Amino acid sequence: MDALTAFFDMGGYARFIWPAYGLVTLVALGLLVTSGRALRSRERELAQLQERNPGRRGRIYE
Amino acid sequence: MNRLFEIIRRDLRLALRQGSDSVMVVTFFVLTVILFPFGIGPEANILERVSPGVLWVTALLASMLSLDRLFQADYEDGSLELLALTPTALEVLVIGKVAAHWLTTGLPLMVAAPVLAVLLHMNADGFLALLATMLIGTPILSLIGAMGAALVLGARRGGVLLSLLVLPLYIPVLIFGVGAIDAAIQGLETGAQLLLMGGILLAALPLAPLAAAAAVRQARE
Amino acid sequence: MLGLSTPSGFVRFAKAVSPWLWVASALLIGGGLYFALLVSPADYQQGQTVRIMYIHVPSAWLGMMGYSVMALSSAAALIWKNPLADLVAKASAPVGACFTFLCLATGSLWGKPMWGTWWAWDARLTSMLILLFLYFGYIALQNAFDDPGRGARAAAILALAGFVNVPVIKFSVDWWKTLHQPASLMKMSGPALHPSMLTPLLLMVAGFTCFYVAVLMVRVRSEILAAKIRALRLSEIHSVQAAGVADGVAG
Repeated sequence: MDALTAFFDMGGYARFIWPAYGLVTLVALGLLVTSGRALRSRERELAQLQERNPGRRGRIYE
Repeated sequence: MNRLFEIIRRDLRLALRQGSDSVMVVTFFVLTVILFPFGIGPEANILERVSPGVLWVTALLASMLSLDRLFQADYEDGSLELLALTPTALEVLVIGKVAAHWLTTGLPLMVAAPVLAVLLHMNADGFLALLATMLIGTPILSLIGAMGAALVLGARRGGVLLSLLVLPLYIPVLIFGVGAIDAAIQGLETGAQLLLMGGILLAALPLAPLAAAAAVRQARE
Repeated sequence: MLGLSTPSGFVRFAKAVSPWLWVASALLIGGGLYFALLVSPADYQQGQTVRIMYIHVPSAWLGMMGYSVMALSSAAALIWKNPLADLVAKASAPVGACFTFLCLATGSLWGKPMWGTWWAWDARLTSMLILLFLYFGYIALQNAFDDPGRGARAAAILALAGFVNVPVIKFSVDWWKTLHQPASLMKMSGPALHPSMLTPLLLMVAGFTCFYVAVLMVRVRSEILAAKIRALRLSEIHSVQAAGVADGVAG
């Protein structure tokens, strides 16, 4: 048990080290979730559009 | 070459006719510098210590004031379109406009700076360095600024956006400009800083008009 | 090259590679965390706080890599008019900006116990701060136009101009720091890292990089879809207008 407390205490620097790791985790997960969600919602939107306009594929070359 | 001078003459004529730009820029410069003694107190030694930084930071901000009109007015009334259709390369047009901007903004700032340096109790040893850094530095500001001004053509909230784009790119000029004046005040050599600024100027002279011309070209599409 | 330069080729490639990238990133970061938090020793000078390095350095690396990817694909977009390169540049910017921010935030959390202050005008922190503002300018310029194509082209020019400037800014800030070096600051770059610290650091850098590439692929796919949706909506409007004109003629 002592080893575990010592680990989380980080030699007295816990209040600097854990927030740093937490922040990185939070931002990385945030990036992951928002990017994934945007992809899903656009996939749905495109599917709806294509259903409404059969034959058009939507080309991105202008 | 003749076309270049024609463009400069045209822009200068326009600036003189509309009058206020140069006067406004210098007034802003003077007024903002005068605010500092009120903000940090009138003690001569503190003012002397911060004077190079205050003068340069304020000069950066002042030179940005007239930037958004550099291409915007010509863009809106269609004369940019006409200028671009002439056989003169867009790069030459940009250099002409930069030169006109420097003559109406950088040069007046340079004239006003020594007077303000006296008000801030700057050590007399720093005056020559102040003028030299202004002489090399303000054309860099006009060059980088022209690029920013061309990029925001037709953008929403172009004025604020312009400062966000341009200010980070101004930082090296600020650092070397203030560094040279500080060195001169401490009786040190200023050659290195001035050479570095000169190097930046020589690099910006071809690169910034290239980028600005590319930006004008894509704005017309 | 594998048909990678076309959007459909890219999507195929990304779908095939992404799962492996996620697995690699999870394994590398997992292993890196194990070594970083449990195995590696505390630094004899900095104590346990050195463990912040294992996330701080990879964040800095990704902040710089995100900008390089953005600038190089902007160059490709301007020179070869490749539609995919524009989307890669656009997708890379927010990811790079996030990691630049993380680099600053973790640096600040490291600086408080070590330097006694949340922020020091350390040359590296200052350069990263300027980099963050270059990102902000890029993202703001991109979103400032009604026509997304205009935004992409203007932002591409800015990205290149910024890229040329980054070494100048870096040099000037380094030079500025040597002039104003406060004596109390401890040097960040000590002697070469001991292997026990190098192992977790390299694992984390590799894991973060895999994560970045995987997220980038998701975002690029998302941008491709957005462009397709825009094109479809435009053609819908056109066909409605055409129908309207036809009605007008008939009536």
